[in-house]
Amino acid sequence: MQFTLNGREVDVAAHPMRRLLDVLREDCELTGTKEGCGEGECGACTVLIDGQAVVSCLVPFAQVDGRDVRTIEGADAQALQRAFMDHVGAQCGICTPGMIMAAMSLGPDPTRKQMQEALAGNLCRCTGYEAIYRAIGEAKRANRRTPLGVESIG
Amino acid sequence: MSSFTERAVGRSVARKDGMGKATGKALYADDLTFPGMLYGRTVRSTIPRGRVRAIRRNFDADGFTVVDCRDIPGKNVIALIENDQPCLVEHEVRHVAEPILLLAHADRERLLAADVDIDYELGTPVLDSATSGVVFKHIRIQKGDVDARLAAAERVIEGTYRTGAQEHVYIEPNGVVAVPEDGGLAVYGSIQCPFYVHRALVTLLGDAVNHVRVVQTETGGGFGGKEEFPSVIAAHAALLALKSGRPVKIIYDRAEDMVATTKRHPSIVRHRTGVTRDGRLVAMDVDVLMDGGAYVTLSPVVLSRGAIHAAGPYRCDHIRIAGRAVMTNTSPNGAFRGFGAPQTQFAMEVHMDRIAEALGLDPVHLREINALRPGDTTATGQVLGSDCSALETLQRAVEVSGYAEKRAATDTGRRGVGISLFYHGSGFTGSGELRLASRAAIELTERGVQVLTSSTEIGQGTRTMHAQIVADALGVPYESVEVAQPDTSRVPDSGPTVASRTCMVVGGILQRAATEMRQRIGDSSPAEYFREHGSLRVEAEYEQPEWIQWDDETYRGDAYATYGWGCNVAEVELDPVTLEVRPGRLTAVVDVGKAIHPALAVGQIEGGSAQAIGYALLEHVVMRDGAMANGQLTNYVIPTTLDTPPIDVVLVENPYPGGPFGAKGLGELPMDGPAPAIVNAIRSLGIDVREIPALPEILLRASARAPGFAIAGQRKPTTAGR
Repeated sequence: MQFTLNGREVDVAAHPMRRLLDVLREDCELTGTKEGCGEGECGACTVLIDGQAVVSCLVPFAQVDGRDVRTIEGADAQALQRAFMDHVGAQCGICTPGMIMAAMSLGPDPTRKQMQEALAGNLCRCTGYEAIYRAIGEAKRANRRTPLGVESIG
Repeated sequence: MSSFTERAVGRSVARKDGMGKATGKALYADDLTFPGMLYGRTVRSTIPRGRVRAIRRNFDADGFTVVDCRDIPGKNVIALIENDQPCLVEHEVRHVAEPILLLAHADRERLLAADVDIDYELGTPVLDSATSGVVFKHIRIQKGDVDARLAAAERVIEGTYRTGAQEHVYIEPNGVVAVPEDGGLAVYGSIQCPFYVHRALVTLLGDAVNHVRVVQTETGGGFGGKEEFPSVIAAHAALLALKSGRPVKIIYDRAEDMVATTKRHPSIVRHRTGVTRDGRLVAMDVDVLMDGGAYVTLSPVVLSRGAIHAAGPYRCDHIRIAGRAVMTNTSPNGAFRGFGAPQTQFAMEVHMDRIAEALGLDPVHLREINALRPGDTTATGQVLGSDCSALETLQRAVEVSGYAEKRAATDTGRRGVGISLFYHGSGFTGSGELRLASRAAIELTERGVQVLTSSTEIGQGTRTMHAQIVADALGVPYESVEVAQPDTSRVPDSGPTVASRTCMVVGGILQRAATEMRQRIGDSSPAEYFREHGSLRVEAEYEQPEWIQWDDETYRGDAYATYGWGCNVAEVELDPVTLEVRPGRLTAVVDVGKAIHPALAVGQIEGGSAQAIGYALLEHVVMRDGAMANGQLTNYVIPTTLDTPPIDVVLVENPYPGGPFGAKGLGELPMDGPAPAIVNAIRSLGIDVREIPALPEILLRASARAPGFAIAGQRKPTTAGR
């Protein structure tokens, strides 16, 4: 199967009905994408296919033929990642890669409601989501001075 | 000593594991692979009670490793308190999903396809805790003369309160990899308490290995669900690895994790309370029943904490608390954040609102006059010091939430508001910490200072907070302190990562070790000392404060060194047609002694509160024939972003002088209050709910009771008689 993975053309030989999640984790050795439930409920395995957030546990590998796949390892998400760090948006961290992939679709200065809707398919059992909203709010602040968010952490 | 003066404690410094988690580089159990690794699988019982008559393997054995109870070289038990739980069934089955046979194969498809038939002789299961004749543990707490005071009381208010089971739903299911090494065995896994697993494996494997090493991998949530259970999955992987001579990985899928592993103990709590007409509590008679499931596991200590907290944070001179944990033929119930206290404090706090209703008093006023103050004694006779903040958290919560105005506005029958006051003992109960005798160490390295403990980072911030405490006690920058990965061959036994003890107790030991190291290196900086003298390791052990007195026989004395205190105000919105309750804003005012890392502390309160909101309204473990019938995230619902209301947290810092920088325990505290606050908010709408989860069916039944419930000052709900 030929597709674009994190910006690079790749050719991966795997059964077309295997879960994209397993092909990414096992054949491509990209273990940043996590499995929490295997039934599309928790969102820990969220990746982007052609820019759309999808749960990779429900995607047969055949469906990525010729498509553009992004995982946390290749995501252009430094501002989000930094803000998750600064605002303790990650506690145990198992939902974090999926949460960040799902948050990438949000525009600048998202409202609480927009964040709730964008992340409705991503379960977090640690944070109660408040710190995640604080992190995304910071990362998506329209007038951020620097894309890498070097504001002091304290 | 170095001139470094910038303090880390009290600042929200960068968490040690933040970037690894945000970039996906952090390695969890399922992210590990080893050469020649096999996958393991557990074949489980499908009946709640009976005996195994025959096991038939209907698969080609080529490439399979198969383990049954005869392959266990040591004792066939999961070593914990009573050692009554077998690792693998010999004959008797006590619950659905009990492990019987273990399989391993290099090819996961073949492993999952392997068919095993088991013939049983069926027994009659005990599925109702109220009728169980097998009691794992009795606890009796006695203060004053309850019978005489109840008989003389101006009013006696009675009630029965129920809480359901709750599934932990850590987003990473249980998982381990067992790896043979040099005549011994290493187990890497998602584990809260590496030394619990170590002890279980040593008991199980006996002389078959020359050493056992347990290493915690990054852990995707625990909440108590990875306190005692990992000994089971680790034992299975270890047996398969030992027999095959190859690394074996076992990762549960969500359904197996939900059906086969522990849950929060369901409870039934009965209260009989004597009060004066003006609302003073004069006598409390409390009966606590907890459903332990099929084996003892941690039920005695869950019951203990539950019973000790059952009278709530209230002053009363005459208290009797009788608790029992019983056997039923379900998967064992076990540790879950709060450890019995959320169940009993749910009962107490809803009962307090029923007392207020019966006396026509405001629920806040009732709590104000009865809240424990410094100098008061608890149910076990513990005299509280100045670190008691019940009244302060209550008053702050009422003030910041705008409780009074919101309470006055509940007339519409749709928007309710409720309150709860609660506390949570920090650390092991009674003499538990003394028996644990936890140790922790710090070591100078060429890079700086390394912290060595068996306390695990499970999301709550152990690494970060321990590094902060050591940095300040030693007078070095936070960035120069590293925290070692818990590996039982390298770190001292700091006790389990449970019971809100990791900051207060283990952090306190680290503070002492760092203070001693500071004295030993004298005027040198750690780097200078290391260059001149090489490494230096200082280990310290828990020292119990001299004033703590506790009697395990009578349950009298200082149950905990200190307590965290909290007050929740919960708002709800009721749909009068569907009787669904939507949680509104939740206010949490909590005394944590000292927030070592304010953002982490707030995160604990927010996250624990969300878990408690789920417990109150959504999370329904449906049991059918002794097994969880909704073991999927599709139909066991935990709060999503859309179900979780805004949570306002106010941290109060009333220090505990014995804690590091004044810190108390805080991890479990937020689990105690939201459920009763939410149910009391529903009650403010005139619906007599006394159990959780407060599903629409429960509200419907409670509404049907409403005519007898209508009391002065409360409107009958619009839903009554529907």
